[in-house]
Amino acid sequence: MIVLAVDVEKQLGALRLSVRFEAASGVTALFGPSGAGKTSVVNMIAGLLTPDRGSIAIDDDVLFDAAGGINVPPYRRRIGYVFQEGRLFPHLSVRQNLDYGRRMSGRERTASEFERIAALLDLGRLLDRRPRMLSGGERQRVAVGRALLMRPRLLLLDEPLASLDGGHKREILPYLVRLRDDAGVPMVYVSHTAAELRRIATSVVWLDAGRVTASGGIELLDEADRDAII
Amino acid sequence: MFTLSPAEWTAVELSLRIAIVATACALPFGVAVGWLLARKDFWGKTVLDGIVHLPLVLPPVVTGYLLLISFGRKGPIGAFLDEYFGIVLSFRWTGAALACAVMGFPLMVRPIRLALEAIDRRLEDAASTLGANHLLVFATITLPLALPGTIAGVVLCFARALGEFGATITFVSNIPGETQTISAAIYTLIQVPGGDAAAGRLVLIAIVLALAALIASEWLSRRAAIRFHGE
Repeated sequence: MIVLAVDVEKQLGALRLSVRFEAASGVTALFGPSGAGKTSVVNMIAGLLTPDRGSIAIDDDVLFDAAGGINVPPYRRRIGYVFQEGRLFPHLSVRQNLDYGRRMSGRERTASEFERIAALLDLGRLLDRRPRMLSGGERQRVAVGRALLMRPRLLLLDEPLASLDGGHKREILPYLVRLRDDAGVPMVYVSHTAAELRRIATSVVWLDAGRVTASGGIELLDEADRDAII
Repeated sequence: MFTLSPAEWTAVELSLRIAIVATACALPFGVAVGWLLARKDFWGKTVLDGIVHLPLVLPPVVTGYLLLISFGRKGPIGAFLDEYFGIVLSFRWTGAALACAVMGFPLMVRPIRLALEAIDRRLEDAASTLGANHLLVFATITLPLALPGTIAGVVLCFARALGEFGATITFVSNIPGETQTISAAIYTLIQVPGGDAAAGRLVLIAIVLALAALIASEWLSRRAAIRFHGE
């Protein structure tokens, strides 16, 4: 079943972005070299960047349609976003960061949901700390938890491991795999590292110089190794 | 012994009241203008920036005179306020508060603007993906992160308001019990034979108040830093 349908165009400086793909449930990898436009595509899905032309829809809900004059603001899209650098709020504790999405939507706090996500990501002993007291890996786990607790219908992860060193990368990948298998939220996962994607992705959209050059199963990643694009 | 006469107490109390009211009334405008200057590009931005900073470079007497001809009872704004709201500012302590607010305003806007410019806008984007609309982003992310700069602006404005003399005396004169602040009282006393002792007492009070404001601002901004950055 198609969850996300993207068909967008945008001029970004010298790069002409023209991307069209569909994503089903599971983890869709947005793969390609640096500067291919991957982050711009997820920013458009989140509503942080407005395409020049085209449309974006989740299930049957149109989020953006240039022709129809539809552009749902980010705060009403209910799409979780894990940024490359975490972007935790420095003036709030880990617990308040995790709770932010629920507070903004005015929902009642349900302890079981909070406990479940905190357990899934092993956040229990971090809850009363400030973001600056966390290691890079801990910060990204909190960022993932914060995005999940807003009950997203889609989760965007933009190079969530890029800011981490080798050891921390190995530390956080198992959490993301667990997330894919347990949480049931469809994900779009941006990365330029084939080895990382082989662990987590269920399908691949290959982006190069602003265009989709291939899409399909994760066997596409074997080609990436041969071409050694990294 | 160090005792103040009732008239001197009145001047102290009046100075504090005027400075507090001036700072409190200037604050929402200070945040709004600081935000406009930090975040928005619009036609006339340079002009707004100039007008805000004008009281810093104009002779205070000129600022006071401009207030008098616009907010005086016969001035266009003063007449309007009097007719429709029954508000009279000239020769009242409220007018002194207006003069102090205008004089302190540039000192308040600058640190607020700098604090807003220093905020990582990507945090605001993150908040919006988490469901916060523009107003909530401002209230829960932007404003708290700009708090140390806002405190600095409040203290600077308050200190300026406490000591303001030229614009105040020009606009609302020097009326004991109504518009005679510490500064105006000192000015009056040193022109009277035998007023030196009383002037000296008020000078001492002025020094103590200024020091207290400085220490309070240090303490507040350190607390804010601990709260927001855990240092």
